[in-house]
Amino acid sequence: MTEQSLHRRRFLLGGAAVGAGALLTACTSNEAPAQNNAANVANAGANSQPGTPVTIGFSAPAADHGWMAAITKNARAQAQKFSEVTLNATEGTNDVNQQISQVETLINAKVNVLVILPFDGKALTAVGQQAMDAGIQVINLDRVFDTPLAYRTWIGGDNYRMGVNAGNYIAQQMKAKNIASPVIGEVAGIDSLPLTQERSKGFKDALTRQGFTVGPRVAAEFTPESGEKQTSNLLQSASKLDALWNHDDDQGVGVIAAINNANRKNFLMVGGAGSKNAMNLIKSDAEPLKATVLYSPSMASSAISLARLLGQGKGAGDFAEHEIPAEITTYSAVVTKENVDKYMDVGFDS
Amino acid sequence: MEPLPPKKTGFKFTADPRLLGLTGVLVILCIVGQVTRPDQFFTDGNISTILRLAAAIGVVSVGMTFVIIAGGIDLSVGSIVALSSVWLTTLATQSYGPFVMILCGLLVGLGCGLINGILVSYGKIVPFIATLAMYVSARGLAERISGRRTQVVSEAGFLDFFRGDLLGIPVLIWMFALVFAIGWVVLNRTTFGRRTFAVGGNAEASRLAGINVKRHTALVYGVAGLCCGIAALMVVARTTAGASTNGMLYELDAIAAVVIGGTLLTGGRGSLIGTLIGVLIFTVLSNIFTLNNLDTDIQNIAKGVIIVLAALLQFRSVKKTKTST
Repeated sequence: MTEQSLHRRRFLLGGAAVGAGALLTACTSNEAPAQNNAANVANAGANSQPGTPVTIGFSAPAADHGWMAAITKNARAQAQKFSEVTLNATEGTNDVNQQISQVETLINAKVNVLVILPFDGKALTAVGQQAMDAGIQVINLDRVFDTPLAYRTWIGGDNYRMGVNAGNYIAQQMKAKNIASPVIGEVAGIDSLPLTQERSKGFKDALTRQGFTVGPRVAAEFTPESGEKQTSNLLQSASKLDALWNHDDDQGVGVIAAINNANRKNFLMVGGAGSKNAMNLIKSDAEPLKATVLYSPSMASSAISLARLLGQGKGAGDFAEHEIPAEITTYSAVVTKENVDKYMDVGFDS
Repeated sequence: MEPLPPKKTGFKFTADPRLLGLTGVLVILCIVGQVTRPDQFFTDGNISTILRLAAAIGVVSVGMTFVIIAGGIDLSVGSIVALSSVWLTTLATQSYGPFVMILCGLLVGLGCGLINGILVSYGKIVPFIATLAMYVSARGLAERISGRRTQVVSEAGFLDFFRGDLLGIPVLIWMFALVFAIGWVVLNRTTFGRRTFAVGGNAEASRLAGINVKRHTALVYGVAGLCCGIAALMVVARTTAGASTNGMLYELDAIAAVVIGGTLLTGGRGSLIGTLIGVLIFTVLSNIFTLNNLDTDIQNIAKGVIIVLAALLQFRSVKKTKTST
């Protein structure tokens, strides 16, 4: 090879590399066009008038998926709603040790109330108790601590009832269509997690009570890719399918892709959690997805409201009791085409 | 040291006795599938599903075979798939249309692969460590770019092409076949392939024989990265979404498929046909379990047993071959 051609080749290669770099740099923006990205904010009740100042400490896992990102977003938005509330939010982490350190820092900062969604309820129990012992009231959000001694109030979702409501809705639809022995499939999340086991148990119990059974079942991993992979196989295993419950709307993106790939839309599909994406599909009525059962991150907004009331020594509006309850379980409403507009405000970006 | 494969001419396939055991496992699995679900297993739809599910991990495994034959290892393939998939599905990329989306996916994969190769060959970092760094940082960058959100593809042209059929066969299966065929030709019928075997067999001897070992190693990792970019296109087409969770554990699945396919982890010897059979074994296994509605935990135990069984059968085949010569 001549010296000249070597130089030319290097020049061309260099030019190509610079061009490719420029192209790739131009392709990293993810700014969406103007759209409604408002976080969910709880309704104002009789306690909405400003009271004594309250500093709320907030700690949650890393926002590594849509639901968890919405938790933090909703907490911040709700705190901004009250002029007397100062939110001291730590950076989300999935490292238990780091989360413990963060909560300890908030205790040392002498916040009035703590809102904690632990990465691991068992591992964070001790630090929750430490806060309570230091006189700081703790709101335990969703993933529950090992003992009530570690929190003043727990607020979270209801995995069992998610399954129950999905099962009841499917059973009701099957009966309405006069399908005697329907084939009902299930795309679960990670099988080793207690939350998946509770959801599956609720689903099975509800169907059994209605005289139906769970048919083909697969477990995915809460990701679109795993949802697509598992559903592709499930659809092959069941040449006849009347209904399908998918535990999670984020993995549901892949589940619906698999259904479209297989060109199988002749059944009823129900989702879980309540993402905006799922709600839009329900509204459009175009996909097999006809409903989703909520496990809404709006619970974070409610947790901040409760923390404020605790800090101000108030009770919950319209309740006879003087104090806020020790436990609040949010309801897994079934969102369908008929009521989807009502629930759009609690839908989250997956 | 293993003798280098002789320079071959023509395109005649020769049966490798080392692959007989592996093929036996695949055949047994297919028989089990047919016996347990005779109504479903050997249908067009199910075979198409198996091949489509094998496509992305199969393409990644082709790249992994090159790297392992060259004496390296690549732990970052899953993360590169995630980064490529996220990059090609950002709103900005999608606004440029399907061609730019495809180009972005391929360039990101190739770029990450070349960075791995440069770190290993010119930076003299152990492959395990260099690719471990990419494993962590590529997924981190994918999370950063996507904001940890699932980015649904709205570009219809992209989806229509990749999710379509060509002569009645899904485009994804054609892509898998094409990548595999090109990989096989490059590995077995070109100077690049012979150099890959040579570098993996004995890098110092290769250097003395006049091979630019550093450049070749960097290029091999580039090939693996490019394969990840192609796999990212496939994953996005299949799922209609780019997500930082794409490609989870691809590295382990690919390494398992490559190793049970007869490629030595020490380098210098390997077979793409073996890799293909390895990928198909795991995909068929997963398919059979779902067809029969069996628990995932049993599936994982069976996967482990299959790996051991395939390795044992392979070992026996090798032993028989050696004693009969």
